[in-house]
Amino acid sequence: MDASYLPYVLSGASLTLAVAAGALAIATLLGIVAAAARLSQYRVPRAVATIYATLIRGVPDLVLMLLIFYGGQIAVNAIAQRLGRDDGGGAIDIDPFVAGTITIGFIYGAYFAETFRGAMLAVPIGQREAALACGMSRAQVLMRIVFPQMVRHALPGFTNNWLVLVKATALVSIIGLTDLMYRAKQAGAATRAAFLYFVVAAAIYLVITSVSMVALRWVESRYGRGVRRAVA
Amino acid sequence: MVTHMNRSRPLTCPLFAALIAAMTALASPGFARDWGDVRIGVDATYKPFTYKTPDGKLAGFDVDIANALCIEMKAKCGFVESSWEGIIPGLRANKFDAIVSSMSITEDRKKAVTFSDKYYQTPTNVIAKAGSIDGSPASLKGKRVGVLKASIQEKYAKGELAPAGATVVSYDSTQQSYLDLKSGRLDAVVVDKFEGQGGFLNTPEGKGFAIAGPDLADEKYFGSGAGIAMRKEDIDLRDRFNVALKTIRANGTWKKIADKYFDFDIYGK
Repeated sequence: MDASYLPYVLSGASLTLAVAAGALAIATLLGIVAAAARLSQYRVPRAVATIYATLIRGVPDLVLMLLIFYGGQIAVNAIAQRLGRDDGGGAIDIDPFVAGTITIGFIYGAYFAETFRGAMLAVPIGQREAALACGMSRAQVLMRIVFPQMVRHALPGFTNNWLVLVKATALVSIIGLTDLMYRAKQAGAATRAAFLYFVVAAAIYLVITSVSMVALRWVESRYGRGVRRAVA
Repeated sequence: MVTHMNRSRPLTCPLFAALIAAMTALASPGFARDWGDVRIGVDATYKPFTYKTPDGKLAGFDVDIANALCIEMKAKCGFVESSWEGIIPGLRANKFDAIVSSMSITEDRKKAVTFSDKYYQTPTNVIAKAGSIDGSPASLKGKRVGVLKASIQEKYAKGELAPAGATVVSYDSTQQSYLDLKSGRLDAVVVDKFEGQGGFLNTPEGKGFAIAGPDLADEKYFGSGAGIAMRKEDIDLRDRFNVALKTIRANGTWKKIADKYFDFDIYGK
């Protein structure tokens, strides 16, 4: 089997990791904001967050990716032309890396939002009231009482979402980013050893997800201090 | 694994196509360009036409032809990579100006883009166990025939072979169909000549199998070869490509490039 493309495929892992990390940052931020909005006492943020969660979780990732990347570009071009700016062939060009990262972050924000919402609800309201009664400020209640427990409740779901997100980065190959998956496809096509390169790609995804599972388990045990565990 | 022969897959879902069409309609007619710079879209997963070398560089027949045409047109050309699914949307979204990526000229695609004259055309073959059938629709009656999903070969098989009594089985990749042909789950496959030779007949797996019958080139199914696709409004660019194509066909440049890759004539009739 022709393994000459291994370095080329392996170096695609850094792009995959970069997209995953960027998307995770966006998704976490969006998730927290959207979760807070859904639990808000005001109607407007609640409605916006509900529409976001429903729409994004209900439309296939692939369709969203194509819509944002190509549809977004056509919209930008149309606006530029309306404003009389000839872009001379893509002067205002949506970068595939930026588009891919934002899209995946935007999609997974909706899933993270549900995880965070559940975690926030899992902290009994009585604790918050007790803390307020003790004279803590709202910020203190959040930082000392709600947040540490919320993290504990959110982590299993967070880990789950992150694993799915890592694998979903393969979607960026559709918009021409030469990530791990696209490179594996190119190498397979060039050598006719598709199986070899797909197995290599699978192994790299497995390494990324395994390492992050170990890391997140450590975080989980840290935030789980003080919680009694049933001994099996 | 070669996942598309003569690249005749439909591109993305109808909903998406409709949306793109609506958005394109919003845009005012394009500004005139002098085409000193041309951006070429390719999907580098189709050896030896468009592929990546181990150090990540673009290579292949399509790439060489594109470069030769650009020299002829005195244009500075850059290549932009795109997946096959996103290549027509990318063209229409102005990510690049021309697709030189073994795209078959078909009526369906002509609704979305304009094509240059063909720059090559490979015929289609029926491949079966040597001496088992003659490849005609009648000889495939009651047989199981494998094709690539959404390919021009699938269109042919459904249009001519299924009515004659063959069972048509569609695959995601030609490699899968070869595996089933070898294992006896299929009696024949219908594939692009080049793909069938390189991907199967000339490999150890293809021992005992052969091309059955003559080359197939019915325009109704197989279109009129591979052309360069451009946005519909860029007629001037298309004309330039056509002039340059004629020149490189006449002055021997085309043949020099083709001889680098193929030992049979891939221009067709």
